[in-house]
Amino acid sequence: MADNVRVNVTVNGEARQSEVEPRLLLVHYLRDTLGLTGTHIGCDTSNCGACTVLLDGEAVKSCTVLAAQADGAEVKTIEGMAEGSNGAMHPLQEAFWEHHGLQCGYCTPGMIMTAADLLARNPNPTEEEVRHGLEGNLCRCTGYHNIVKSVMSAADKMGSREGVSA
Amino acid sequence: MTTQVQQERFVGKALRRKEDPRLITGRATYTDDMSIPGMLYAAIVRSTEAHARITSIDTSEAKQHPGVAAVFTGDDLEGVEAPIPMVWAPPGVEVKVPEHWPLAKGKVGYVGHAVALVLGTDKYGVIDAAEKVIVDYEPLPAVVDVEKALEDGSPVIHEEYGTNKCFEWSLGGGDIEAALNEADVVVERRVVNHRTAGGAIECRVHLADYRAGNLTLWSSTQIPHILQLLLSLQLGMSEEKIRVIAPEVGGGFGSKLQCYPEEVLVCWAARKLGRAIKWTETRSENMTTTHHGRDQVAYVRMGAKRDGTLTGIHSRIIQDLGSYHLIEGPVIPCLGAFVMSGPYKFPAVQTDIVGVFTTKFATDAIRGAGRPEATHMIEMCMDQMADELGMDRLELRRKNFIPKDEFPAELPLGVIYDSGDYEGTLDKLLEHVDVDAFRKEQAELRERGVYRGIGFSTWVEICGLAPSRVVGPGGFGLQAGYWESAQVRVNPSGTATLFTGSSPHGQGHETTFAQIVADRIGCTPEQVEVIHGDTDMGPFGMGTYGSRSLAVGGESAARAAEKVRAKASEIAAHLLEAAPEDIELNDGKYQVRGSPDKAMGLADIAGAAYIPEDLPEGMEPGLSEQTFYDPENFVWPFGAHACVVDVDVETGKVDIVRYVAVDDCGPAINPLLIDGQVHGGIAHALGQALFEQVVYDEDGQLVTGTFVDYALPTAAELPSFETDRTETPSPTNSLGVKGIGEAGTIACSPTVTNGVIDALKPLGVTWIDMPLTPMRVWQTIQEARGSGTGPRATEQGTQVDGHGSGSAGSGPTAPSEGGAS
Repeated sequence: MADNVRVNVTVNGEARQSEVEPRLLLVHYLRDTLGLTGTHIGCDTSNCGACTVLLDGEAVKSCTVLAAQADGAEVKTIEGMAEGSNGAMHPLQEAFWEHHGLQCGYCTPGMIMTAADLLARNPNPTEEEVRHGLEGNLCRCTGYHNIVKSVMSAADKMGSREGVSA
Repeated sequence: MTTQVQQERFVGKALRRKEDPRLITGRATYTDDMSIPGMLYAAIVRSTEAHARITSIDTSEAKQHPGVAAVFTGDDLEGVEAPIPMVWAPPGVEVKVPEHWPLAKGKVGYVGHAVALVLGTDKYGVIDAAEKVIVDYEPLPAVVDVEKALEDGSPVIHEEYGTNKCFEWSLGGGDIEAALNEADVVVERRVVNHRTAGGAIECRVHLADYRAGNLTLWSSTQIPHILQLLLSLQLGMSEEKIRVIAPEVGGGFGSKLQCYPEEVLVCWAARKLGRAIKWTETRSENMTTTHHGRDQVAYVRMGAKRDGTLTGIHSRIIQDLGSYHLIEGPVIPCLGAFVMSGPYKFPAVQTDIVGVFTTKFATDAIRGAGRPEATHMIEMCMDQMADELGMDRLELRRKNFIPKDEFPAELPLGVIYDSGDYEGTLDKLLEHVDVDAFRKEQAELRERGVYRGIGFSTWVEICGLAPSRVVGPGGFGLQAGYWESAQVRVNPSGTATLFTGSSPHGQGHETTFAQIVADRIGCTPEQVEVIHGDTDMGPFGMGTYGSRSLAVGGESAARAAEKVRAKASEIAAHLLEAAPEDIELNDGKYQVRGSPDKAMGLADIAGAAYIPEDLPEGMEPGLSEQTFYDPENFVWPFGAHACVVDVDVETGKVDIVRYVAVDDCGPAINPLLIDGQVHGGIAHALGQALFEQVVYDEDGQLVTGTFVDYALPTAAELPSFETDRTETPSPTNSLGVKGIGEAGTIACSPTVTNGVIDALKPLGVTWIDMPLTPMRVWQTIQEARGSGTGPRATEQGTQVDGHGSGSAGSGPTAPSEGGAS
């Protein structure tokens, strides 16, 4: 077995340092090493998107990234989305709640992280753009109807709020 | 009851869900989010053969792998007292139940059959070690075609039976042969409902801990209490020593309604080793050995008079069961038999079912469970019949609807439909869908080479599984009661805790059940904590499946809350010096009728109940009540759906242009959540109808083992849905509610399929089987044009012969004029 490697990574604003197996997946590093279990695993093939996190601001499927590859990077997970001293929810989280954009909740963290990336790149998406933007995230409960509605609504609210970002 | 609810303050409101904050902030706890100090990880060595004798298993190298604590095979299962249970034993019917052990003993019957269990300290290490287990097989013939499996000369999977036929079961009413003889037109069709997967995004996870004689299992299950009971039988343990907890569960759709081999294995091994053990399923394992659904071939005959009066429907269903049963696989096609009348007045209905073993994994309940299959048969054949008669499709349906004023309606099948207004839902649907305008648009588009079609279905489903005397051991033959429990505990400060035997996995019980209880006891939903999914908390319960939670569990909660209110009213009457019958619950206050100033809230009443200085003579302290509710009848939701599709005739690709659903599940408790259930149900069936198919090749190898090969629909392939409701209360329960979890799935597959046929009619297409993949649609168009060349193929490239492998090659058999007389 190869020697462990050192990983320095900033997760949700906090600097973390670990020695990890070279083959350790980022998603397992987040879940098992750091205890951030809000990021989920739903497949073995990078199809479902439940493990989506932001890596240096870009949505990635953390089951397809080695922890070692995240060395020096900033990672944001669902636990880092509610920010501020009062822990206020991100507009996307509020919108998912308001519009019933989740049922079992398992795909939700990945959906929210993907949507955050989508809105960062395209603050005023059409419904079709939202649907294509979420293509890499699977949900079995909602039929996507209310997820799309939630993202559109969050886009509206974020557009009208100065200074809110993913 | 001493008081009446003056108004529903919370029931009927589209409240956002109480469970959501933890789910949207990443603070929820699913089973895989837990670990226990000293815990071992489990990996499972699985059969690579569909059907084979195991000649040897060498675990020596695996046992030497660093961190490995133990490796077990089927020979080691001392202490597993019984095979995996199957709970259906219909009186007077023989159902063959081959012994299905959690680890194979000498023989495997499907790809993925568990052969060895590897336990170790490292998550990745156990997978490495599992690869070092060497299993030698002597292959036996695979049996993959459910119809060929019944033929003489087919290899037999379970030699002891001498046949692959597992059981035969029938349900009928009226003289079906006479009814078809009387018909002027009989439509005969072979209808295939292909094999699908549940596709919950959370795979299964089971974590067992055994300490000092007590076993705890955390499991992604829909039925914690039933699992507790079954595990006690499996492990020879006393039931009260076993605690099963379903924490946050990431979707089920029936696929987590089980006592799975892995659930038994982790418990057994935890007891054997005295250590906690966690098994986390991979998606590949989920596709292989989390039960599949559907997989029926049916021969349907529907008869009608020339004027469109239906005379009868007969269906012979051949159900592919796989090689071994899980909890209730053989039951599933039989559930469909209960709705084979649809919403129509058929004087005669007959369903004959034969269950067949094949060398595939078990089929069992997946969202809808037998009813989507039945509805597909009925509603496809209704369109076929309309075409044969030259009648409008909706007119044929209307002509045969059971009229609104005939409910409760006893059917020839012997079942009693509780309430219905089938015309009402169809009328409402047509407020949203202008068929005349559509036909004009369709004609214009066709001139431009755009093939647009519209499909409909009008349907009824059976849910609210209960009543025990009907579905239990002496009736249908399920070896259980089908009531639901509830305990409403008002806490000393006046908040409440509801313990429900229902076990949600996305349905939103914590919100809807709180709405129901709050209105009945006089508090707010925020003040009602709903506890579920833990066998150590609250009474025994029956779990969540078959759209039963609200109609059985919700009603049970309502009844427990009514009991609380009755006692609370007595206390209030005593303290306010009034008669109990003069106390009314108004705007959250227990007040003396006509004297708004003489009133008290639940907190004051709870205080008096728990500090019993001044209670009515003889009354016990405390304020907590329990109910076991066993309904008198099923509930029968219904609706009317329409789907507009465009078919690209060059590529065969189907696009959903519009999907409109009008559902009736009785009065809404929370409309927001009803719409959510309908959306999800429709999407599930659109996946089945358009994209998804579990495919085994001729050697019994699973071709669709990942989400790369098994295509769940994505947001990009689906439209936004249009939903509306009518509300026809059920007389079965006090809430008037039915069920909505499966409605969309039951309604949708014929709706979209009929739409595709409508679009392609100008090209001569009259029939197509699901899934309507571009390849299937394109082939169908070519065949209809008379230019079909070469053998048909499945989407995976395997050739399909005359009657297919349950995936293609179906269609009209013989529409016959004049019946047989």
